Amino acid sequence: MNPANYLYVAALLFTIGAIGVVVRRNAIVVFMCIELMLNAANLAFVTFARINGNLDGQVMAFFTMVVAACEVVVGLAIIVTIYRSRRSASVDDASLLKR
Amino acid sequence: MTSNLLVYLIALPLFGSAILMLAGRRSDKWGHLFATALSASSFGVGLYLFSQMLSRSGGNRAVTQNLFSWISVGTFQVNAGLMLDQLSICFVLLITGVGTLIHIYSIAYMSHDLDRRRFFSYLNFFIAAMLLLVLGDSYLNLYVGWEGVGLASYLLIGFWNQKPTYATAAKKAFVANRVGDLGLSLAIMISFATLGTVSFAGVKAHAGQASTASLTAIGIMLLVAATGKSAQFPLQAWLGDAMAGPTPVSALIHAATMVTAGVYLIVRSNFIFDAAPTAQLLVAIIGAITLLFGAVIGMAKDDIKKALAASTMSQIGYMILGAGLGPVGYAFAIMHLLTHGFFKAGMFLGAGSVMHGMDDEVNMRRYGGLRKFMPITFATFGLGYLAIIGVPPFAGFYSKDKIIEVAFNMGGIKGVTLGGAAMLGAAITAFYMTRVVVMTFAGNKRWDEKAHPHESPAMMWIPMVLLAVGSVASGFIFTHGNSLVNWLAPVVAPNPEHHSEMLKPAVVSIMALVAVLIGIGIAIMKYLRKDVPVVAPENVSIFTKIARRDLLQDDFNEAVFMRPGQKLTQGLVVADKALIDGAVRGVARMTVGTGSTLRNTQTGFVRSYAMWILLGAIGLIAAIWVVTL
Repeated sequence: MNPANYLYVAALLFTIGAIGVVVRRNAIVVFMCIELMLNAANLAFVTFARINGNLDGQVMAFFTMVVAACEVVVGLAIIVTIYRSRRSASVDDASLLKR
Repeated sequence: MTSNLLVYLIALPLFGSAILMLAGRRSDKWGHLFATALSASSFGVGLYLFSQMLSRSGGNRAVTQNLFSWISVGTFQVNAGLMLDQLSICFVLLITGVGTLIHIYSIAYMSHDLDRRRFFSYLNFFIAAMLLLVLGDSYLNLYVGWEGVGLASYLLIGFWNQKPTYATAAKKAFVANRVGDLGLSLAIMISFATLGTVSFAGVKAHAGQASTASLTAIGIMLLVAATGKSAQFPLQAWLGDAMAGPTPVSALIHAATMVTAGVYLIVRSNFIFDAAPTAQLLVAIIGAITLLFGAVIGMAKDDIKKALAASTMSQIGYMILGAGLGPVGYAFAIMHLLTHGFFKAGMFLGAGSVMHGMDDEVNMRRYGGLRKFMPITFATFGLGYLAIIGVPPFAGFYSKDKIIEVAFNMGGIKGVTLGGAAMLGAAITAFYMTRVVVMTFAGNKRWDEKAHPHESPAMMWIPMVLLAVGSVASGFIFTHGNSLVNWLAPVVAPNPEHHSEMLKPAVVSIMALVAVLIGIGIAIMKYLRKDVPVVAPENVSIFTKIARRDLLQDDFNEAVFMRPGQKLTQGLVVADKALIDGAVRGVARMTVGTGSTLRNTQTGFVRSYAMWILLGAIGLIAAIWVVTL
């Protein structure tokens, strides 16, 4: 199969994730969209590894997973804390820094 | 010759002034005595130096003292140095001698004033500055003293600055003096630019090499300086208002010493004026104009101090006229300056004594018949009066007649005009001084029941008596055997050749005496034979009205300088607001506007920031794509 197709899928997933981050208000959904973008990037890395016939991209994909895992831990903790204090998971409500 | 004593002349009163200013109220009890003692000790040093001077021969009487190197820039060297020569010593003795007498007088005169200590501190400061003025060995050193006496004059005119009019008078004097000071600073600059030096000795040595044009420019600028400081036309308007100061100040600063600084400057710069005949003629003309100007104002004033101030202006006009007559006139200008220092200071102290006895009343129309109540004041004032109008053998007769005589002997139309002006001035002087004396001391009393005229305490009349002695004797001493002319000869170098005399001295004296008698006669007819109205009559000729308004000098200054100046300032304020402030405010507004526009992008919503990041990333990728394409 043409490896370019994987890249199309990766681009599609990244676009969906990016649009989701911009348009959705629920913090959990936004968070999931970010994960989507990270995984789109992972897919692109793996595809490039396949195209180039070396392991560089795959190694990079592992790094990304580690970073994503850390990010999930910190990010979810923040979201839960915000929810506890404000009874809302909407990112628009958390705009205190502007004022 | 050098001497280490010169600096003490200045340092003693300066020290007194500093101590009184720094010690503040703690020195209230002894401050006046301390200041008087220091002024007297400065006089003592002056006398000692004078006696040393007398013991040397004519050529090497001058002594110098180099204090320190003041300015050293490339080839331009100015030392803070002092020089005491035959001319300076006359001033040193006048300043410290009359100054000490006036210190003594002020102890009594100012005894009721809460600020007496401050007054004495200023007086001492004045003495120090004035001594620096006459002792400096270069124009720049003179300039320091020149500004110092201007400051002292300002502080003392406005001594009672709780009265706004007095504060204004002080400001007026200061501003008028600034105009003159500008002339002096320009003269110094021209002198440095053309001659490369500002010391008296250096300028004297190099004056021969400079062009007549530049010497004339220096001379005219020096004349401007003299008109400012010495209240000469056209900068004379401040002197009348300067009478706002306490009377001892009027006597010391605005009669005997400071206002004569212009005469000193011109006589000291004799080598410049001798080489610049145009400037010299201008000096004589200014002197002649002012002596008439002051005399005319003097005729119309009812305020005793202002009448005396107008008379001072007129007498300094004589001195300036004398100084403008060239080598033959310098010594007589200085002689008149010294005799005037005695009799005018004496008369001012007399006026102060009258005011002291009359509850500070200055209007002569409310005096009258005071000779019975103040016999000593009357006697001393009367001697000063005889001296100023030039009755032989009193001091003014010798000095003033000499100036008139020299003026006539200039020859030609110049001699007749200047001599005629001086002669007319003598007649008017006799008229207005007789008027002052008659209105104050003779006639019937016109004061309120409340006033209790009485003679002043001894501390006041002793200085008056001493000055009266000077008014009587000084003229004879100075002319006896031509002593002052010979004494000053090394400094001002009189012309060796004898001028063809147009009029014999005796003829001039007789003419002057006749003029004086006419003046006295008219004054007696007008003010002694008839009763003097207590309120100044209003139905007088237009000339009297103009003279009462100081010959419209204030109106002229107001119309020509002050009003357009205010308009100019207002215009500048508008321009400042529109252009300068406008530019600054415009920049500020632009910054604020840009900021508030950009602030709209900061919504506080995470998604909008994410959007910006996304757009940025897309832009970055697009840029890389375009570059690598």
